[in-house]
Amino acid sequence: MQEILKVGMADLKAVKYPKILTTLGLGSCIGIALYDSTTKCAGLAHIMLPDSKQIKNNTNKAKFADTAIELLIKEMLQLGCNKRKLTAKIAGGSQMFSFANSNDIMKIGHRNSIATKDILKSFNIPVIAEDVGGNHGRTIELYSSSGKLIVKTIGHGIKEI
Amino acid sequence: MTFSVSDLNSMHIDILKEIGNIGAGNAATALATMINKKVDMDVPIIKILNYSDITQILGGEEAVVAGIYFGVEGDIHGNIMFLLDIVSSKQLTNILMDKSDYTGELDQMDRSALQEIGNILSGSYISSLSTLTGLNLTLSVPSLCVDMAGAILSVPAIQFGHVSDKVLLIETVLKEGNELVKAKFFLIPDVDSFGVLLKSLGVDS
Repeated sequence: MQEILKVGMADLKAVKYPKILTTLGLGSCIGIALYDSTTKCAGLAHIMLPDSKQIKNNTNKAKFADTAIELLIKEMLQLGCNKRKLTAKIAGGSQMFSFANSNDIMKIGHRNSIATKDILKSFNIPVIAEDVGGNHGRTIELYSSSGKLIVKTIGHGIKEI
Repeated sequence: MTFSVSDLNSMHIDILKEIGNIGAGNAATALATMINKKVDMDVPIIKILNYSDITQILGGEEAVVAGIYFGVEGDIHGNIMFLLDIVSSKQLTNILMDKSDYTGELDQMDRSALQEIGNILSGSYISSLSTLTGLNLTLSVPSLCVDMAGAILSVPAIQFGHVSDKVLLIETVLKEGNELVKAKFFLIPDVDSFGVLLKSLGVDS
């Protein structure tokens, strides 16, 4: 039985083979899965908001896309990963509730996914797979053995990206 | 005014509890009239939670729940969320439409009925709140989502996420006579609205 570690909301974890990382019930939040196949290092972050600079209370680094990615890379480097080999898979960014006069808060899922991709780009980490958008929740599992990311949903099936 | 959830003292909490009490009391009456059954309610609970705990309140992140979400506009801004677990939502629509369908799936008619129930209950919640405070309050059109609890609750969590690492919920539980239907109400005021809300009740925050 492989060990499965849970990453909560506004939380992140980095592990080495053979552990599995999971985060449950992603809505507008984004699950950012980083993986280095050469050292079998895996990292998973569950972010809530796109940018720590727009917000005063930003002590929790794992809450924001920009600071969470930075911290996750740092933790993975400590486990001995090769930064140049890192690849990313992202999931989440739904709009759970739809309103006619959607304001910024309601479109947060979309903003999260754009910000996440921009930030990953700035770190030169390629996004090799994604399952973002829509209006449903997602649970994801990241396998440090292969880097595969399983996305589970309610009513929208299970898939591997 | 900047306001932090951690600034709330016990008097503030009591007031918020009373707001929840009056609002949900009216909503319970509305529900009882609608389904023609006795509806009980619990004393409201004010919860100040970490993000990691918010999803636990409904039986874990992956539990399927129905959430009906409203925007509150007018003198204060915020949201109301009416939450039912999947069994309760099915029971409620069965009672309402006088059918006995226990497939566990919500069809289009059920969804529409739930949205309407949410609308009526939240309407009575907000109108009693408006009468109490003298504030002008209106509700947006409801939006229904049936999905994982974690995904649904991330919506209010993100709203709070702009200002705090904690989430404040005014939670009231409604129960149909035989406890077949359990529903929760969450009033989620915007941070700027706390002051307005407390002030309208004669309290300096």
